[in-house]
Amino acid sequence: MSYPPIPAGAFPPMDLPSYGSTHKRHPDQPPVRIPHTLTETSAPRFTPAAYPAHADMSRHNGRAAMGERIILAGRITDEDGRPQPGVMLEVWQANAAGRYHHARDQHDAPLDPNFSGQARVFTDAEGHWSLTTIRPGAYPWRNHHNAWRPVHVHFGLHGAGFAQRLITQMYFPGDPLLELDPIYQGVPAGARERLIAKFDLDVTKPEYALGYRFDMVLRGRLATPMENPT
Amino acid sequence: MSLPTASQTAGPYWHLIDFPEWADLTRAGGPNAGVAGERIILTGTVTDGDGAPCADAMIELWQAGPDGAYEAGFHGFGRCATDEAGRFRFATLKPGPVPGPGNSLQAPHITLAIFARGLMHHLTTRAYFAAEPLNEADPILALVPEARRGTLLAQPVAPGHWNLDIRLQGADETVFLDI
Ligand SMILES: [Fe+2]
Repeated sequence: MSYPPIPAGAFPPMDLPSYGSTHKRHPDQPPVRIPHTLTETSAPRFTPAAYPAHADMSRHNGRAAMGERIILAGRITDEDGRPQPGVMLEVWQANAAGRYHHARDQHDAPLDPNFSGQARVFTDAEGHWSLTTIRPGAYPWRNHHNAWRPVHVHFGLHGAGFAQRLITQMYFPGDPLLELDPIYQGVPAGARERLIAKFDLDVTKPEYALGYRFDMVLRGRLATPMENPT
Repeated sequence: MSLPTASQTAGPYWHLIDFPEWADLTRAGGPNAGVAGERIILTGTVTDGDGAPCADAMIELWQAGPDGAYEAGFHGFGRCATDEAGRFRFATLKPGPVPGPGNSLQAPHITLAIFARGLMHHLTTRAYFAAEPLNEADPILALVPEARRGTLLAQPVAPGHWNLDIRLQGADETVFLDI
């Protein structure tokens, strides 16, 4: 069993001149391609019993966080469109003011005691997930003069094989910062647009919150190679 | 067919999903409490192309249990944040040999995935155990040029304590695996 290689045009390059932090951190040598073994085709098993889900970042200790409440929902499939059940999603983000609940974030924007900015959810049998949160704010970074990250939410996915492990970022439609952001722009055209969530009236809950849809695709499918079975 | 969703950097604030206890796979009350095996410490330092420590990296660990099986009685996942000096430290049980392609056998090994600000997608490598006889016939190590193979060999620094430094770029750059 193995996963096919990541197709050309899907992932950003490791060396991205416009993103300063890549300069001294990208390897000079190409990675060594290896056949997939049990090490790559199996993955840690995360269950809600052992890793409790919490799908509502809009409240903390029973108190409502400041900002615009929103619902995020989507479906996780593989490259052949097959739903991926049991995926654990780890989600983190800045608060409505653009500040992370993080000691090293020194942006002069208020912290919100009712917003921790971290969630964990699982996909159901059909690959669907959803969570409630607060629309995050844009925040400055020091990559270049007057650099601001577009509004985004970080997603980490644990699939059925360690080779599927993925960390990505979700963006919002219509954000004028997208065209200025080296991290977003570092993804090849055609692939980067799929990191932008879509406003969705079906995800929106009446009298409660706007909804956005963000579908993700994991590597797949898991196929038996043309080898003689032993 | 649709392309897999693009990877993006974990950035400097990934610690919102850091649970420091996950660095100890043998912790009391954890998923492996009571599992028999040889307890080991795996440490290392992550440095960049200038030799400067990477103080904001996330290291994920993935391994088989002492019996060489994945997720069959041993939950082989860990996560550790590097500290100000770029160091990480895991406590775990030494994995057993794992079946490889065909009828081959892989030497005991621990997969490490490195996520950080400036890494557009994570890097994957393996920690093998220096002087392990099974290393000689390991089908994955055999794919790594001999001159660079040492970057995958954790060295004993004390009884039960192994160390493997990770150099992201430059001279003695760690061998990363395209998986
Ligand atoms: Fe961020």
